[in-house]
Amino acid sequence: MPQPFLPPPARTLVRAAASALALAAASAAALAQGTAYVSSEKDSALTMIDLATLAVKGTIPTCKRARHIQLTPERQIMVACTDSNQADLIDPASGKSVRRIPLGDEPEAFDLSPDGKVIYVSNEDAGEASFIDAASGKKLRSVKVGAEPEGVKVSADGKTLYITSEVASLVHVIDTASGKVVKNIKVGKRPRRMAITPDGKELWVTNELGASVSIVSTATNEVIDTLKFEVKGARAEDITPVGIQMTSDGKRAFVGLGRANHVAFVDVASRKVGSLVLVGKRAWNVTLDKAQARLYVVNGLSDDVTVVDVAGAKAIKSVPVGRVPYGLVIVE
Amino acid sequence: MRMRATASWLAGAWWMAVALVAPAAAGAAVLKATLITPDDDPRLERSRVERAYLGQPGGPLSDGLEVALEETKFELEAAGAEVALASAPAATLEAARAAAVAAEKSGAAVLLTDLPAEWTLAVADAVKLPVLNLGDASDRLRQQDCRARVFHLIPSERMRSDALAQTLVSRKWSKLLLLVGGSPQDALRAATVQASIKRYGLQVVASKPFKLSADPRERDLANPLLLTAGNSYDAVWVVDSDGEFARMLPYRTVLPRPVVGDGGLVALAWHAQFERYGAPQVSRRFAKAAKRPMTAQDWAAWMAGKTLAAAAIAAPKGPNAAWAQAIGKSTLDGSKGTSLSFRAWDGQLRQPMLLTDGQGVIAQAPAEGVLHPRNVLDTLGADAPEKLCPIAR
Repeated sequence: MPQPFLPPPARTLVRAAASALALAAASAAALAQGTAYVSSEKDSALTMIDLATLAVKGTIPTCKRARHIQLTPERQIMVACTDSNQADLIDPASGKSVRRIPLGDEPEAFDLSPDGKVIYVSNEDAGEASFIDAASGKKLRSVKVGAEPEGVKVSADGKTLYITSEVASLVHVIDTASGKVVKNIKVGKRPRRMAITPDGKELWVTNELGASVSIVSTATNEVIDTLKFEVKGARAEDITPVGIQMTSDGKRAFVGLGRANHVAFVDVASRKVGSLVLVGKRAWNVTLDKAQARLYVVNGLSDDVTVVDVAGAKAIKSVPVGRVPYGLVIVE
Repeated sequence: MRMRATASWLAGAWWMAVALVAPAAAGAAVLKATLITPDDDPRLERSRVERAYLGQPGGPLSDGLEVALEETKFELEAAGAEVALASAPAATLEAARAAAVAAEKSGAAVLLTDLPAEWTLAVADAVKLPVLNLGDASDRLRQQDCRARVFHLIPSERMRSDALAQTLVSRKWSKLLLLVGGSPQDALRAATVQASIKRYGLQVVASKPFKLSADPRERDLANPLLLTAGNSYDAVWVVDSDGEFARMLPYRTVLPRPVVGDGGLVALAWHAQFERYGAPQVSRRFAKAAKRPMTAQDWAAWMAGKTLAAAAIAAPKGPNAAWAQAIGKSTLDGSKGTSLSFRAWDGQLRQPMLLTDGQGVIAQAPAEGVLHPRNVLDTLGADAPEKLCPIAR
C-alpha cells in the first residue's frame, strides 16, 4: 500500500496512533482469562500456562508418558498416558485427577464420541483401535489396523471413525456401529493427525514424511487433493507436518511443520498456504484459543510452547514447559 | 511361522508373508525374494553374539525381514500386493552362486544377501536380478566393485567414519590418536577412517598398530597405557573389526580422553535405545518378535523388507522388471525422522547415522550445521562428484 506523503511531525503522530492501537489490541488479548494445559512425555505432569501473563503458573501430576490431550464434552481434561496404559481425567476447577480410565496397551491418541460416552483409542504397539466405555472403562471392541496407529478422529455425527497408520500410510475408515473397516485410504507417507472441515465434507490428513496434507472427501473416501508445503531455506525432507487445527468457521487451517520449525496458515477453500510463522524446534501439535486470536504451538525438540498472534502472523512469546512436550488444551 | 536359516530353497517352499484372503489381491502377482546367508555363520556363534560388540550382528537377519513384512501386511493387502520370502543358506561362494541361479530359475524377483563382499559379487554377477545387500558395509561394493543392480541397506564403512568425523568436528576434538588392529579388514577400514579425517579437516597426531596379547615382550603393542602415551590428542580413534580390544580401551588411556571408532562412541545405522521419530516402537516390535535387541544389521534387514513391500505396492501386478525399477525409485520410512532413498551413483541407502556408546544415542549425523548443496544426508559416504563407482545406473 503506498504511504501518503505527510510532513514529518504528522508522520510521527500517525505512527504513535498506530502503536497505541496495537497496544490496545495487545492488552485486549492479554485480558483472556484461562489456562493452557501442556502434556509432556517425560514428566508425568501437565504444565499450566496462564493465558493472561503467558507464564507457567504450575504443574499437575498425572500418569506416565502423557501424550494426546483433549477436552471432554463436560470440559474436563483427558490425557492419554502411553506408559501407564490409561487416561487421566482431570478437573480443571480443582486441578486434580478425578479418575483414571484403562485405555489398553500403549495408547497414543484418542477421540471421543460426540456424547463423550465412548473413547476411541489408537494402541500403537498392538496395531489396534480400541473402543472404550468412558464410564466403566470396559473395552467394548478392538479393531485391527495397520502398524503404529496414531491420529484418531470421529465424524460429527459419531458414525465414522478415522485412524491413521504411520507405517502403512493409510487412513482406516471404520464404521463405529459395526466396528468394521469400511475402507483403507492410501495417503502420503507417515500420516499423523487429522482435521475435519466444519461442514463435514473434507478430512485433512498431515503426512509427516510426505511434507503434505492429503485432502479426503468424506463422501467418497477418496483423496481429492494433496497440499504440498514449501518453506524457503528448508528442504523438502525437513518439512514434517504433524499437528493440524482448523478455525471454527472452517476458513483457515494451521499446520505444524515439524523439523522445518514453522507453522503454516492455510486457506482451506483455495488450499493455498498464506503465512509461514517461525516457531520452536519440531513444531508439533497446534491449538487455538477460544477467540482464535492466538495459536499455541507445541515444540517437541525445544521443550517449549510458542504463542503466535494469528492476526499478525507472528510469534509473540516462547514459554518453556516440560520435557518433550506433546499436546495442549485450553480452558477459558 | 519362523523362517529358519536351515530351511533350504530346494524344498521349494516359499514362505508366504501375506496369507491371501482378500479377494482384491486374487489377481496379484507374488513378489518372490530369496535371502542368501552363510551356512554356520561364524559371526553368529553363541559366544560372539553374547559379547554383543557394537556394530556387529545380534542374530539372523531373517528376523528383521519378518517384522517388516508383518507390519506392512495391511498396506500390501490394501494395494492387492503380495511378497513371499525364501531363504537359502550357502556354505561357500560357489554354493551362494548356485543358490542365486536356482532362485532366479524358480521365479525370484529379488535376491537378498548377508554375505562376504566376494560372495555378494558372485551372486550379483550370476543373475540378472536386483540384489539387496543387507549386512556388508565394505566400501569396495559401493566403489571400485560396485554393480548396477546392487542396493545397500546397511551404511558403508565410509558413512560410519564420516558420521564420527562430523561428530568430532562439532565437538572440536580435532587431534586424533589412531590405533589400528592387524587384520586385513582393519587396514582397509583404517584407510577409510583416514579419508573421513581428511574430508572433515581433522588431524592424526599419530597412528599406531595394536595387538591383543599378554606377552610382556609385546607390551608396546598391547598395553593401552603404553599405546596412548607420548602424544597429545583430543580423542583416540580405534579401528578394531574384531571388537575385543576396542571394548576394553575406554578409561584405560594414559590421558583422560574419549575413545571413538569401534569402542567408546560408535557410529551405527541403529540402536535399540534411539528415542526419536517412532524408533522405540520399531525396536519394541522387533524385540517382541525376535526376543533380542534390534541391532544396526537388523534395522538394515527391516529396511530391506520395507523395500520389498514398497516395490510390490508400487506395481501390484509385477512383472519382475517393474519391481526391479521400483526398488531404485523407492522412498522409505526408516523411523529416523526423514525420508530415505537410494543414491543413484552407488545404490547406497542414504540415511542419518546414530552415535552410540552402547547405552544410549549420544548424537546423530549429519551433525547440525553440516551443509550440502543438495541433500545433507550425502555428507555421509561417497558423494556423486567423487565418482568412485565407475558403473552408470
